[in-house]
Amino acid sequence: MKDRMKGRSALRDAAFAVISLIVVLAIPLVHRSPAFEDFIIRLSAMALFATSLNLLVGNTGMVSFGHGMFYGLGAYAFGLIMQMTDLSLIVAAMLAVAITTVAALLVGAICVRLSTDYFAFITLAVQMLFYSIIISWQSLTGGDQGLRGGIPRREIFGFELASQLHLYQFCAIVAVLGLLALRHISESPFGQTLRMIRDNENRASFLGIVLWRARVLAFTIAGAFAGLGGVLAALFVSGAYPELADWPNSGQAIFAVMLGGINSFLGPVLGAMILLALNDVVTRFTEYHGLVLGIVILAFALGLRRGVLDFLRLAWPGRAR
Amino acid sequence: MDLNALGACFTTPACVVTQATSGLIVGMLLFLVAAGVTLIFGVLKIVNFAHGTFYMLGGYVAYTALNLTDSYTLAVLSGTLAMALFGILFERVLISRVYGSNVLMQLLVCYAVVLIFDDLVKIVWGPEFHAMGMPPAFQVPPLFIAGGVVPPFYAVLIGIAALIAIVLGLGLSMTRIGKTVRAAAINPQMVSALGVNTTALFAIVFAVGGGLAGLAGALAAPVRSLSPGMGFSILIESFIVTVIGGMGSIAGALVSALVIGMVRGFGTIGFPSFTDGLIYIVMIAILLLRPQGLFGRPS
Repeated sequence: MKDRMKGRSALRDAAFAVISLIVVLAIPLVHRSPAFEDFIIRLSAMALFATSLNLLVGNTGMVSFGHGMFYGLGAYAFGLIMQMTDLSLIVAAMLAVAITTVAALLVGAICVRLSTDYFAFITLAVQMLFYSIIISWQSLTGGDQGLRGGIPRREIFGFELASQLHLYQFCAIVAVLGLLALRHISESPFGQTLRMIRDNENRASFLGIVLWRARVLAFTIAGAFAGLGGVLAALFVSGAYPELADWPNSGQAIFAVMLGGINSFLGPVLGAMILLALNDVVTRFTEYHGLVLGIVILAFALGLRRGVLDFLRLAWPGRAR
Repeated sequence: MDLNALGACFTTPACVVTQATSGLIVGMLLFLVAAGVTLIFGVLKIVNFAHGTFYMLGGYVAYTALNLTDSYTLAVLSGTLAMALFGILFERVLISRVYGSNVLMQLLVCYAVVLIFDDLVKIVWGPEFHAMGMPPAFQVPPLFIAGGVVPPFYAVLIGIAALIAIVLGLGLSMTRIGKTVRAAAINPQMVSALGVNTTALFAIVFAVGGGLAGLAGALAAPVRSLSPGMGFSILIESFIVTVIGGMGSIAGALVSALVIGMVRGFGTIGFPSFTDGLIYIVMIAILLLRPQGLFGRPS
């Protein structure tokens, strides 16, 4: 009975993903808008980044301030592989994600034993160390100028990524597949284990769960998907910049998670959407976009006291996510 | 990396004095900011991500006050007092609403304040860098100690910060209010039950923390340029200081601020492009070997 329900919910998620993907892919066929397509491309990178962070923050109760490191590492690794070798795009992307995964495993193994506050600070410190390395290793990374010279946008599965439309389609598909995978992980027994650790780590420990192993695994998975987001970001800007791994960028992901809602799977995606849209709209009307963004954040934080999706779910308890 | 230059510097007294002085002022300014962060965390268990904003505003208020009154003393006083008031307002209007809620919610509120005031500073003072310039009283020839150059203002700045460290340390350990603050850090409910007005106490803690950051901003204004966003980098550094010294420990903040100041002072000669990296390595090592920090109590 339970298995059938689980199978059904996995089916429902897949159907939801396919429908959203079809809608997103159909829009340019009806109406071409470069601004909208740009928005979706940036959103796909940021949605993966924020949702992967929420696997730690919302699911496991681990507040990482250093998630930008893996986003930046994915972008740099991908950019450098593409510039230095003739590997196909998909191989380069897989290698970049693999490098990020290993890095996340190492960082996670060092960091996860620390308790909440200290975990936040040590992830921040590791990220800033990575950032300093990018800045000072000029011969490889281009220092504070970033990785320049462009990333060759090679053809992949018939997608000509130099064309904006194809880049749009490619990013949308990668993002939806990535989100689906993350959804699957968070609904799996392993995902349930993480939530149990978040709610009561002593009980989880008594039940025989090795806390640090589960946490390292969660940290590694989150890092891998952030790296995938970084690959998309590198494709969009055709380069990589130290800012991708700087702490304000980690901050952005945290705000996306918080604005959208940490207890809803799609919360971070909605949060990323709100943040990006606010940025775009507000910068069009005023140069003081920090002022407006700050006031909006205050209104959310003090008014709703939780993310938008979490708020809606509380307001209409009948609806599941 | 240039270890030869570093070695050469250590064998020349003049270079040691010059670098140590610049390290000392970095360390002392950091201490003033970090002392507030650590005090607020110790008592309220709030990580004040908006503390850099206090520092920035302190600098700007002092800048304007100096232009209006031509007195640097008044400028420093107004920067300090304005930020003490701002601290009370910030605590009463915003932070008091998120006590006990998620750490991330507190972070969000602080970040919003950072964004808002960075832009307000741009609107009021303009986006460009401002240089306050050395106050007239200090436009005198520098002191020479063992051949090293020490501008008199640096000496005064270090003296003021050292005095503050002593007053803060003695105040917390000797005075009645200091003892109450320390008690509230351990058990606020009990302190409240014993008839202490903890609401006022929390506001006072924020006033002291804000005032110290404002003082640091006002003292830094003549030696560093003012710009919107200047609070960001000092915020990160004061977190490092707080973590290395032990969250909640004033003595720890002083020691680790001086260590970081010295790493900065001498690091610019040995590893000009990797000084930051060096500091982060120290922080990671401390967190791994002694998570509660040098002077912190294990929780």
